[in-house]
Amino acid sequence: MNGWNSLRDIIAVVSGANSHGSIQRPSMFDPAGEPAALVLDITWLLVGICGAIGVVVLAIIAFSLARCRAIPGDDREPAQVYGSNPIELAWTVIPLLIVFVLFMVSARGIFELERTTPPEGAIEVTVVGHRWWWEFDYGDLGVITAGELHVPYDEGKPTDIYLTLESADVAHSFWVPQLGPKMDVIPDRINHLWLQANRPGTFVGQCAEYCGNQHANMLITVVVEPRKDFEKWLSNQQRPAVEDPSVAEGRRLFLRTSCINCHTVRGTVANGTFAPDLTHLMSRNVIGSGVVRNTHDNLREWVWDPQNIKPGCEMPSMKLTREEVDLVCDYLETLK
Amino acid sequence: MSVLQPPAGPRTTEGPVPFLSRLHEWVATTDHKKLGVMYVTSGIIFLIIAGLEATMMRWQLAWPGQDVVGPEEFNRLFTMHGTTMVFFVGMPVLLGSANFLIPLMIGARDLAFPRLNAFGFWLFLFGGLLLYFSYFGGQGLYGMGSAPDVGWFAYAPLTERTFSRGHSTDYWILGIFVAGIGSTATGINMIATILGMRCRGMSLMKMPLFVWIMLVDCFLIVIALPPLAAAQILLLFDRQLGAHFFDAQAGGSALLWQNLFWFFGHPEVYILILPAFAFVSEIIPVFSRKVIFGYPLMVAATVAIGFISLGVWVHHMFAVGLSPLINVIFMGSTMLVGVPTGIKMFNWVATMVGGRIRLQTPMLFSLGFLCQFLLGGLTGIFLATVPFDWQVSDSYFVVGHFHYVLFGGLLFAILAAIYYWFPKVTGRMMSERIGTWQFWLLIIGFNLTFGPMHVSGMLGMPRRIYTYQLDRGWELWNLLSSIGVIFQLLAFALLVWNLLRSVFKGREAGDDPWDAWTLEWSTTSPPPAYNFDEEPVVHSRRPLWDLKHPDDPDWRYE
Ligand code: HEC
Ligand SMILES: [Cu+2]
Ligand SMILES: [Cu+2]
Repeated sequence: MNGWNSLRDIIAVVSGANSHGSIQRPSMFDPAGEPAALVLDITWLLVGICGAIGVVVLAIIAFSLARCRAIPGDDREPAQVYGSNPIELAWTVIPLLIVFVLFMVSARGIFELERTTPPEGAIEVTVVGHRWWWEFDYGDLGVITAGELHVPYDEGKPTDIYLTLESADVAHSFWVPQLGPKMDVIPDRINHLWLQANRPGTFVGQCAEYCGNQHANMLITVVVEPRKDFEKWLSNQQRPAVEDPSVAEGRRLFLRTSCINCHTVRGTVANGTFAPDLTHLMSRNVIGSGVVRNTHDNLREWVWDPQNIKPGCEMPSMKLTREEVDLVCDYLETLK
Repeated sequence: MSVLQPPAGPRTTEGPVPFLSRLHEWVATTDHKKLGVMYVTSGIIFLIIAGLEATMMRWQLAWPGQDVVGPEEFNRLFTMHGTTMVFFVGMPVLLGSANFLIPLMIGARDLAFPRLNAFGFWLFLFGGLLLYFSYFGGQGLYGMGSAPDVGWFAYAPLTERTFSRGHSTDYWILGIFVAGIGSTATGINMIATILGMRCRGMSLMKMPLFVWIMLVDCFLIVIALPPLAAAQILLLFDRQLGAHFFDAQAGGSALLWQNLFWFFGHPEVYILILPAFAFVSEIIPVFSRKVIFGYPLMVAATVAIGFISLGVWVHHMFAVGLSPLINVIFMGSTMLVGVPTGIKMFNWVATMVGGRIRLQTPMLFSLGFLCQFLLGGLTGIFLATVPFDWQVSDSYFVVGHFHYVLFGGLLFAILAAIYYWFPKVTGRMMSERIGTWQFWLLIIGFNLTFGPMHVSGMLGMPRRIYTYQLDRGWELWNLLSSIGVIFQLLAFALLVWNLLRSVFKGREAGDDPWDAWTLEWSTTSPPPAYNFDEEPVVHSRRPLWDLKHPDDPDWRYE
């Protein structure tokens, strides 16, 4: 990206000139649910206690700098004070007490946040971390998708989200700060994470454990939508891929290329599980786990050479000609 | 001003010594002072290299979507930056200063095992060169990879052959492994020296705090480094012999590596910060003109830190989904380690109160240490609090936190130590004027770079990303961080200039330029090869205070 252009963008962003609709910034100070709010409460407590300690110590340092300076020309040594038992006892015991209070408060927080059973009525999804994209498996609902996690929202009632976290390769970490704390995604473990969304919207986050080359672009999008939109999305996802005769040529090309070794399009012979399920590709707003928006041009650029968009990602350029790319993408664009 | 008789022995009368024999003298030396100087010098050179790596990263991250370096190069940069700073800057500076100062402070002629000492140094240097050779050799026969790109804690299974082809990770393993053997040997050497070679009158409780803290530090080195070496050998088995210790796909355990690594890694953090405590525990009293406040409690706190720091490693793993009980236990131990650390803080400040503070460069940098380490310590309490840690672990908040501890703390203390002991090492003073400029530039640069990182972390920015999306709200904070680097570069340029210029042109220092109290200031600057003409005899913790104030000696009060 051109440096000056992006500098202009930054100025625009910092001054708030362009705010992107309903996409929320991933700030822990803007919690959208109980887990994130609980952490924020503890944070303010910490700010209070640690802030007070910091101010006191800094004040004493400042005092000694202001009042206890050497006077030029006066070579006398000050009174030597070797220590003082009561004072030293005080600053051993008081910190112990403070630490104890903090310990009790946050121990409660730990037990509240770390759930091993799903809360009543929670939507349960298994998240599988892949280098460098996320797979979302809705289990009994019969939906496997990638890139965007969809959850329903009922007016006035926060949605509990209960995730089961698994990794297909190396360690990752699932982090959407507004919905709750993060949890690592580790290959030989199954972890659980309780999140909550108390309002509709699109929440973003990203992988927080270094997982190799494209760690920076292993983004997460969580779409919290009104129940009826969600139901619509769900029933669409449950259907096999559409077959549109007008793109038969592209479809044939896609099925003849080794795309099918990696990708699945349900209802066809494409049943690879190495890469994102493309059955309903067009229901996603983003591709490449969020590096770019899912537009006409971006999709073509991606299929032409994904390494230009996400250098190092696990999809190679398939060396199709521009015409073939167009044909394949015309087909992909019917996968609503 | 010196109240001491200069040593009677002849000072070396130097004619021009031919370059080759001078080189030979350094390469073949077993003198703890020469080795100390070589350790610290190579540490500073590695510091400059790792600093430039960091500069590249900040340039890349100055705003989103930059293309200064690609993802692979960026990942190598932060891996090499972290690895270098921890193993090839922090470790040599700590071992080097212990090398130079401990025999002088305890009135000994050298370390207990001088040749083992030289062996340790050369292993360290070889390890560092091996690590950097990966830039060429990491390509290997496979022709892929160059420098390691697995992060300084090299989490499994990213380090397995499947995910890390070529030889870069092998270089990472071997470079650190080799250097680690050297450090362990030197640690043992140091312990033997401190326990066995103190001059007459110096009981354990009459040792300077510096020596006490280094003693604990070396025990930690000896305890913590071998588990790392073991883990690295297991990893080498995985990579070269087809074992599966950490290969999760084949039934190995990714968590095992995390446990082994952090069982080393957390004590390592204290191994690095304790020397900072050691430096300022000597410098603050001298420049406040007051005896250290509460010496016995300081010793107790040091020992307590040593013990507790062996039992906190899981705080690096709060987010891996261990049971609530384990998390609670390690949260407790982690918060507990803050208490002795706090005690130290309070005692340093109490030493200043009521003193007559002289704001020369060593004291300036010590004050920088106090304030910034205070902040780093407090954000440490934040991170010990598990729910908060779950939000920000592996985010830029953590990067900010540990740079306040290791840069704002350790590096500032190292700079204080350089300005303080440089006259002893070279016989010449460094420039106060350049030093003051460097201090203020570095204060501005450091805080500008690392302060905003706390914010970007809490706004959701993970660490180790080579680029980021626009409109996450991180732009301003990253830009500020990157601007801070400019100030830091200036500051370090001044440091290098000051060092080089002072070696040749600095003002003559004399034996005891700061009017200090520990034994190293009683011999010449630089000290002769045998350190002391006669073995010193001490009666208190401040032998030179006793000499300078015969009417009011310390041993009456201790
Ligand atoms: C070697 C396996 C592999 C092959 C072959 C492959 N892909 Fe991919 N593809 C991937 C991976 C892995 C991703 C996810 C990349 C990422 O986000 O990091 C992906 C992502 C995609 C995406 C974006 C999906 C999303 O929701 O983010 C599209 C579209 C796509 N591939 C189309 C194709 C087409 C068309 C072909 C054949 C011409 C093809 N792929 C061949 C592995 C493959
Ligand atoms: Cu990642
Ligand atoms: Cu730690």
